[in-house]
Amino acid sequence: MSDTPQYDKDSIKNVLLVAITVCFVCAVVVSGAAVLLKSERLANKALDRNKNILIVAGLFEQGVTREEEIEGLFNEFEIRVVDLDEQRLLSDEEVEQAGIDVLKYDQRKAAKNSEMSMELSPEEDLASINRRARYSIVYLLNKNGKLDRIVLPIHGYGLWSTLYGFIALHGDGNTVSGITFYEQQETAGLGGEIDNPAWKALWPGKQIYGPDHQVALRVIKGTVDSRSANAKHQVDGLSGASITGRGVQNLIGYWLGDSAFGPVLRDLSGRG
Amino acid sequence: MLNVKDILLNPIFNENPIGLQILGICSALAVTTKMSVALVMCIALTLVTAFSNLFISLVRNRIPNSIRIIVQMTIIASLVIVVDQILGAVAYEISKQLTVFVGLIITNCIVMGRAEAFAMHNPPGLSFLDGIGNGLGYSAVLMMIASIRELFGSGSLFGIEILPLVTNGGWYTPMGLMLLPPSAFFIIGLLIWALRSWKTEQLEQPDHEIGGHTALSRI
Repeated sequence: MSDTPQYDKDSIKNVLLVAITVCFVCAVVVSGAAVLLKSERLANKALDRNKNILIVAGLFEQGVTREEEIEGLFNEFEIRVVDLDEQRLLSDEEVEQAGIDVLKYDQRKAAKNSEMSMELSPEEDLASINRRARYSIVYLLNKNGKLDRIVLPIHGYGLWSTLYGFIALHGDGNTVSGITFYEQQETAGLGGEIDNPAWKALWPGKQIYGPDHQVALRVIKGTVDSRSANAKHQVDGLSGASITGRGVQNLIGYWLGDSAFGPVLRDLSGRG
Repeated sequence: MLNVKDILLNPIFNENPIGLQILGICSALAVTTKMSVALVMCIALTLVTAFSNLFISLVRNRIPNSIRIIVQMTIIASLVIVVDQILGAVAYEISKQLTVFVGLIITNCIVMGRAEAFAMHNPPGLSFLDGIGNGLGYSAVLMMIASIRELFGSGSLFGIEILPLVTNGGWYTPMGLMLLPPSAFFIIGLLIWALRSWKTEQLEQPDHEIGGHTALSRI
């Protein structure tokens, strides 16, 4: 090849030539792959999010519902935007005015943008998220003209990572219909068990709010005593993962509390 | 001339990158709690090692000595990004679990080690096979560790329940330790011990002998 004596691979000229060529070729390959696969990646991400919304609302049965059905089922949902500063649902015109495309809106990105989010004071910041986006998308499912399910995005800090998930409530805005975490990096087998179907199955039927309209739901240590009066507000903790459990409890306390979705839920369900 | 079969099979037992060369331990700790995740990591690493060896070997006569490491890194890093993109498009669920670890293939000592030690001095075909061989050696150890950790830590293999867990109404109480990184250290240590007892030529000569007890010897 180029091992001829007159070819000096250590000359300055060759160093520059190789460096520039390698950078150029690698840049083309990397950006080519990114551009070619972008639509697939975004589609996967959206599909995964929609699937999680269906799972949490109890419309997707693992092993029964097929991937192709996701889109159709998801279209039954009414997608609305909540203004968390004013704590109310926005009308379609207001959504348009705010410049939000409900299918593309990225709450996580918005939370980093100082114009679209606000910093939380330490007392307020139960879920340890620092900043909260002003707008949040919620998914409503109506059945026979009545509100049947409310799916809310939730997130907060666990032990190692931010947990991103959804919680679904029945039309009363109080009874849990399901919970799921679609993104978390807790210790697999310990905190990571928040994604275990067996644990998530403990949630349906639990009541979020106590008689005083405050969030009463707790993730307790050990097993819930089903005879106790508070059993409907308690979920078993995960052994070896009390900090992750506390994280889940705190993020529910924050997102369903008075400073986030609480008042919106009261309006939606028609409770005082 | 090196024999093709040796290049492919030697790294699995005789010159295992983890067992003999003690390379790539970091990711062996991180991704071995579940077999499915470990398997994807193994495939990704094997592909990256093979192709980085191939490309580096192709341009080895042109790479100036002064910048050879950074050229190797650039090629490896580009391949890793491409693998990460492909995983995101094809196996989204698993790519979510691997997230940072795919990126960390860049710093995996096996890839750099083979590029520097083999691909810089050998033709492309052999270098490619060397990459596959070392990837397989890494995979063999990773899958062994992952099977032990998943079986005793979660009672399952590839997510299929083998030992019914107490939490699911069975009898097996999982060993939480198995799911934490230190357990991989113990298992790797035991594996290396077993491997070196079997293949005694892999034993290293001690660098240093502890001397006799001087305080007592004076009496």
